[in-house]
This record gives sequence, C-alpha cells and structure tokens, in this order.
Amino acid sequence: MIHVEGVTKTYGSKVVLDNLDLDVQDGETFVVIGKSGSGKSTLLRLMIGLTKPDSGRVVVLTKNVPRLSRKRLRRFRTKMGYLFQSGALVNWLTLAQNVALPLLENPNFPRKRIDAKVMEVLYRVGLYDAAHLMPDQLSGGMRKRGGLARSLVTDPQVMLYDEPTTGLDPVTAHAIDQLIIDLNRRTGVTSVVVSHDMEGAFRVADRIAMLYRGRIIATGTPDEIRLSADPVVHQFVTGSLEGPLAEFAQKEEKS
Amino acid sequence: MNAANGPLGAVAGLGRAVAELFDRAGYTIVLLVRGTGWAFRKPRWRMTFSLMYDGGIQSLPVVAIVALFAGMIISLQTGIFLDQLGQGETVGRIVAQTFAREFGPFMTCIILVGTVVSAYAAEIGTMAVSEEVSALEVLSVRPASYLVAPRIVALTVMTFFLTVVADIIGVIGGGLVAMNQIGLPMDRYLENALDTLSGREWGYLPKDVYAGLMKASFTGWVMAGVGCAQGLQARGGALGVGRAVRTAVITSIVLTLIISYNFSWVAYQAFPS
Repeated sequence: MIHVEGVTKTYGSKVVLDNLDLDVQDGETFVVIGKSGSGKSTLLRLMIGLTKPDSGRVVVLTKNVPRLSRKRLRRFRTKMGYLFQSGALVNWLTLAQNVALPLLENPNFPRKRIDAKVMEVLYRVGLYDAAHLMPDQLSGGMRKRGGLARSLVTDPQVMLYDEPTTGLDPVTAHAIDQLIIDLNRRTGVTSVVVSHDMEGAFRVADRIAMLYRGRIIATGTPDEIRLSADPVVHQFVTGSLEGPLAEFAQKEEKS
Repeated sequence: MNAANGPLGAVAGLGRAVAELFDRAGYTIVLLVRGTGWAFRKPRWRMTFSLMYDGGIQSLPVVAIVALFAGMIISLQTGIFLDQLGQGETVGRIVAQTFAREFGPFMTCIILVGTVVSAYAAEIGTMAVSEEVSALEVLSVRPASYLVAPRIVALTVMTFFLTVVADIIGVIGGGLVAMNQIGLPMDRYLENALDTLSGREWGYLPKDVYAGLMKASFTGWVMAGVGCAQGLQARGGALGVGRAVRTAVITSIVLTLIISYNFSWVAYQAFPS
C-alpha cells in the first residue's frame, strides 16, 4: 500500500531523512513516533506529494508520488486524506462549507448529494450541530475534528494524520484517537499517524516505527515497542531525561 | 581573511540575491498568467464581489478624501502662479489633465497598495504559514484558481472604478479652490476642464482618460499578482507574513512608478496624438 525506499531529504545542510525505508500494509494503522523536528511531518508530506525527496521512491497506492505530473498528482490526492496539525480550515468558510469544499471542486460529484454527504460526515465526527459555525468559533479539538471531516468527505483509501492530538486535553485527545480507530474498523482505510503522544500511539497503532536521525530504528507492535531494549526507543517511550536522545540533543545544540 | 566574509562572500551574496529576485519575479509572472487564466475558465463571482466590496468600496472614502485635497492643492499651487501671469482660467485644464493622465491612477494605486495589496499578502501569507494553502492543495483545490483569480479580477476592476472616482473628485476639488481662492467661476473652470478632456480619439473617451484608466487597471492587475505571490511564498510564522507584506508593498510601489512612466511614454511619446 505504502512503500518508501531509500528516501533522503535535506533542508539546506540539515539531513532530515537519511536513506529511509518504510512499508505500511493495506488496512493497518501505522504510527511513526519521534522527537519534534525529527522529520515525521516531512515523511507525511512526501507521501502526499507536498514535498519532493532528494532521492528515493515513495510509492502510495501503486503510484510513485514524486514522479507524478501535476494533473495526476491532483487525481491521486482525491484518494488520500490528510489531517493537518491545526485542522487548517479555510477561515472565511463555515465548517459545513469547509467540508463541502473538496466536493464542490470535484465536477463529477453530484451537486444534489453534497449537503447530505457533508452532514453525514459531520455527524460521524460529532460536529453535526456545529455545521454553521466559523472556524474561529470552534475549539482546538473541534477544528481538528472539522479537518478530519473534510478529509473523510471524499472517502479516502489512505488517511495521513499529522500530530492529531497535539495541544489537546487528554479527554479530547482520547476522543480523536477513538475516531481514528473507528474509522479504520468501519472503512478499512490505511492510516499513517505521526505523533509524539505515546499514550495515543499505543491506543491506535497496529504497528509503531521510531524515527531517529533520519532513519527508522525500530518497528513493531505496540507491545514490542513498549518492551524494546533499544536505548533510544526505551528513553522515548518512558520519557526519561537521561539517555542517548538527551546526549544527541546536547551535541546538536553545541554544533 | 575568511573567504565567506571577504569580497568573494559579498559576490556570492549578491549572486544569491539576484537569483532570488529572478526566482520571485518568475513565480509572480507565472502566477499572474495562471490566475488570469482561471479567472476566465472558472469565474468565482461571489468571492470576487466580496473581495471587491472589502477592498474597493471600503477604500472609496480614503480615495475620495485624498483626491479632493490633492485636486485642491494642485489648483492652489498652480492657480496662484497662473493668476499672476493672467492665465488663471487655464487652471481647470491643468488639474483635469494632471488627474486623468497621472495623478488619478497613481494616487489610487498607491492607496490600494496600502489597503488591498498588503491585505492580500497578509491573508494568503497567514494561510500559507498555517498550512491552509497546503490543505487546499491536498484537497485538489488549485490556489491559483481559488485564491488568486478572484483577487486579480477584484483589484483590476476596482482600480479602474476608483480611478474614475479619483479623477472626478480631484477635478471638483480643484474647482472649489479655483472658485474661492482665484475667483474663477465654477462653470468657466469646468468648461476648461471638460474642454481639455473632450478629444474623441478612441470611442467616446479622450486619450487622456482612457490611457489613464488602462494604466490604472494594468497596474491593479500586476499589484494583485504581487500581493498573492508574496503571500503564497510566506514561510516562518508571523515574521514571514510580515516580511511578505513588506516585500509586497515595496515591490508594488516600485512597479507602480515603473508602469506609470512606461505607459505614459507609450501613450504620449511612442504614439503621440
């Protein structure tokens, strides 16, 4: 379903992804964990063609994404959903108008079905009564759920979640995690979640991968990651202040 | 001496700046062409009218006040001098020609740079740094069609109409001063003003008027592209948005002057009446 092979991505002199390999199976929820700034979001942006790698292949739904023409990339993206950290709702449209936007821009979707489809998706994310509100009238959690509804309205085959629970209170974060689980169970959608919220990662993941210094250093089920003997993974999972992650951060600060 | 800080470093820095300038200019031109194309292929009337109201109608009071006082100042400065030479009656011609040819379009464009172009750069820049533009791309919504095209149409049209307003109010302002300070009757002033603009060189409009309006609309079209391009290229949070707005304003003012001169040269030097 998703195959990342030998991908390198640099920003200036900083190597963000270093010859990275990754495979995500059909229908699974795959969580990528790692420190802030470790390249998790870049990985997602590569999968949907918002960023191009310096080298390597990113194959999603049998398409080599970096090689797609603009036209084919647009068609490819209609099968993809992407939840941005902030929800990224257009601020002059109501929530319902935001959710309707991808359908209105798709000339093949029947106009008569748009309202019903929008309200159905808003109902699924628990925002049925907030359809008429503007984005600045919504709380952080509601904006994320609104962004999720907008991604789901096109019935994507692959969902990419960029830090879906960052900045949310534990209850709202749990609710978002539950939405991700329900969506996966109900539709069988393949999901890639990037996060540094370990509690959420263990809750939603079928498999977890740890990204460190531009590479995947460990992959496994939540239990395997929780019990990992790798010192980096162990430190990240436990949140300990001492260990290789702290030493690496100190070296980076000095350089 | 460290090469990076010495003459070689300065040359490298200059080279980077020139390359970035061409890169940004190229991006703006491509965006303008694409946005204009989408304005015809997929017009978004509701958003366009909303932008025309926000940018154009709300700028109207500023344009009117500035035009009124500018007309009064031109009339006062030239009128006193011309009156001393016994040519006081020609003040209407001078005010009308100054406004139609140069001052109306220039003044309107400069005001719109401050009120509308800066707003375009700030709005789209904020969308870019908060990932809303990326979200549109992911949803297969083209920013050139959804964000840029309506703004290009709105500013091009509104620059035209606001210039008409500026021309009319400027001439009236000049007339009020001519009447009160020089003692020239309003009917004589307007007669002279209209007489100088009464050539029938292109359709029903005299050259001074249509050349000025074409210049204003063209400048509005370019300024819209500059504002949108700077906004779309904004990176790095609030600082990046501020930088985008500042660059959009400076670039638009410089381009307004360049376009103004070149349009005048083409209209009155290359193709004189």
